[in-house]
Amino acid sequence: MTEELPLLRVLDLHKTYGRTEVLKGVDFDVKAGEVKALLGPSGSGKSTILRLMALLERPDAGEILLEGKRMGISASAGKVRHLKERELARQRTEIGMVFQKFNLFAHLDAVHNVMLGLTQARRVHKAEAREQAIEMLARVGLSDRTGHYPSELSGGQQQRVAIARALVMNPKVMLFDEPTSALDPELVGEVLAVMEQLAAEGMTMVVVTHEVRFARRVATEVAMFDQGQIVEQAAPEDFFDRPAHERTIKFLEHVH
Amino acid sequence: MEWDGHLFWSALFSKEYLDGAILSVTLAAASQVVAVLLGFLVALGRLSKARTARAVSGLYVWFFRAIPTLLVLLLVWNAGPQLFPVLREAWFSPFLAGLIGLSVVEAAYMAEIIRSALMSVDEGQSLAARALGLSPTRVMFKVVLPQAIRVALPPTGNEFIAMIKYTSLASVISLRELLTTAQNGVSVTFRYAEYYVAALVYYLVIVSIVMYGQSLIERRFRWVSTRPLRTGLLARRNPTMTATKEPKVVVTKVAQPEGAK
Repeated sequence: MTEELPLLRVLDLHKTYGRTEVLKGVDFDVKAGEVKALLGPSGSGKSTILRLMALLERPDAGEILLEGKRMGISASAGKVRHLKERELARQRTEIGMVFQKFNLFAHLDAVHNVMLGLTQARRVHKAEAREQAIEMLARVGLSDRTGHYPSELSGGQQQRVAIARALVMNPKVMLFDEPTSALDPELVGEVLAVMEQLAAEGMTMVVVTHEVRFARRVATEVAMFDQGQIVEQAAPEDFFDRPAHERTIKFLEHVH
Repeated sequence: MEWDGHLFWSALFSKEYLDGAILSVTLAAASQVVAVLLGFLVALGRLSKARTARAVSGLYVWFFRAIPTLLVLLLVWNAGPQLFPVLREAWFSPFLAGLIGLSVVEAAYMAEIIRSALMSVDEGQSLAARALGLSPTRVMFKVVLPQAIRVALPPTGNEFIAMIKYTSLASVISLRELLTTAQNGVSVTFRYAEYYVAALVYYLVIVSIVMYGQSLIERRFRWVSTRPLRTGLLARRNPTMTATKEPKVVVTKVAQPEGAK
């Protein structure tokens, strides 16, 4: 039996800030088309691992492999070195990232927010980029908001623009860092709907979230983080209905 | 009251005054441009991760804020040629000396304005730009700088207006800018009021034009959709209006998830 190679592979990641060891050796695989939900209390290292996967920070130890390729590192002629920021930038285009606070570019309207990665990181021609951006905004249900600036959009709309902005780069994997935590409750649904649609279309996703119901319905696998480690990892039905680890049981009691 | 209207008007419309005013504005504009560019570099140095860059730029700001501009001009114009023979050539004009002196001093102040403007831009946006795959230079020029400019505009307007008046210091290096022109008129006729008031009128007109120009530039940095009334005005008075008034979002090809709340 041949094992399918995972699209994204995280091997023994360690990260320390000052004296705080945030990640104490984290491993997991994400197969193509999988949706991995990362749950856990704040400060457990979930967001840090996303930042490392997005190549925004460098791990102290461990590896991130995308399609078998070691990210953030160049190994030529037996010499291993960390990539420079400029080289990292190229690798980052393959990974989409959505932030808790949207982080839209305040000086650009929705369509230009979505275009910027194409024109500035991919050198796509402006007219072509605009076309793709408009198409992508339509996919997240914002055809009528293309000319609006972030300050003129609701939180849910801003987050959907942010998703379109990442998606238009045609990434191999999408990372979501608590994408609905900064939203008013009534705006959460529209963002989750877009994410669910994305999952249904086969996008590979890693989602840090507190939305337990979303994780149960959409995720193919759920991982429980605690104190810089994964303490339990299972398919959603097992994870939520038959949690094995004591920490998971306790956590689920709180969020239910 | 002893007021010679004819003298005032002839001074006001004289070629000397106009030339002086043009010289003042040209020198101020050129110095301000150089100062902004140099100040940007110094600001980058101040914000750099490299210790030497921070030290050098810190030293620059300290030095040029500490010494009087007048002294800098005298050093550039008089001490410069004494120390460096190349500066004794004809190309080293008072205008050039004034430009160098005024811009190096102003760059120290601009560096601090630009530094605070750069710091004011939400870090999440450069993070998002990096995540998209923009190179560090593009993150700076496409995301951070456009927003920093908006913050830096009002204080830079201040600086430019001050700069126009600072050009009068260049009289010490024999530059016939606006105030020197007035002073020359006075020294020939001993009529103070007419000549000084003529200069005053020029300054008022110049600064009014600059302020108008600044307001035009600031308007370009408002970042609201230009469609009037419906979004522009409404959205700014009540940011939640556009959000709450719109119909329920329908995501294409997706059913609303039943559990999502």
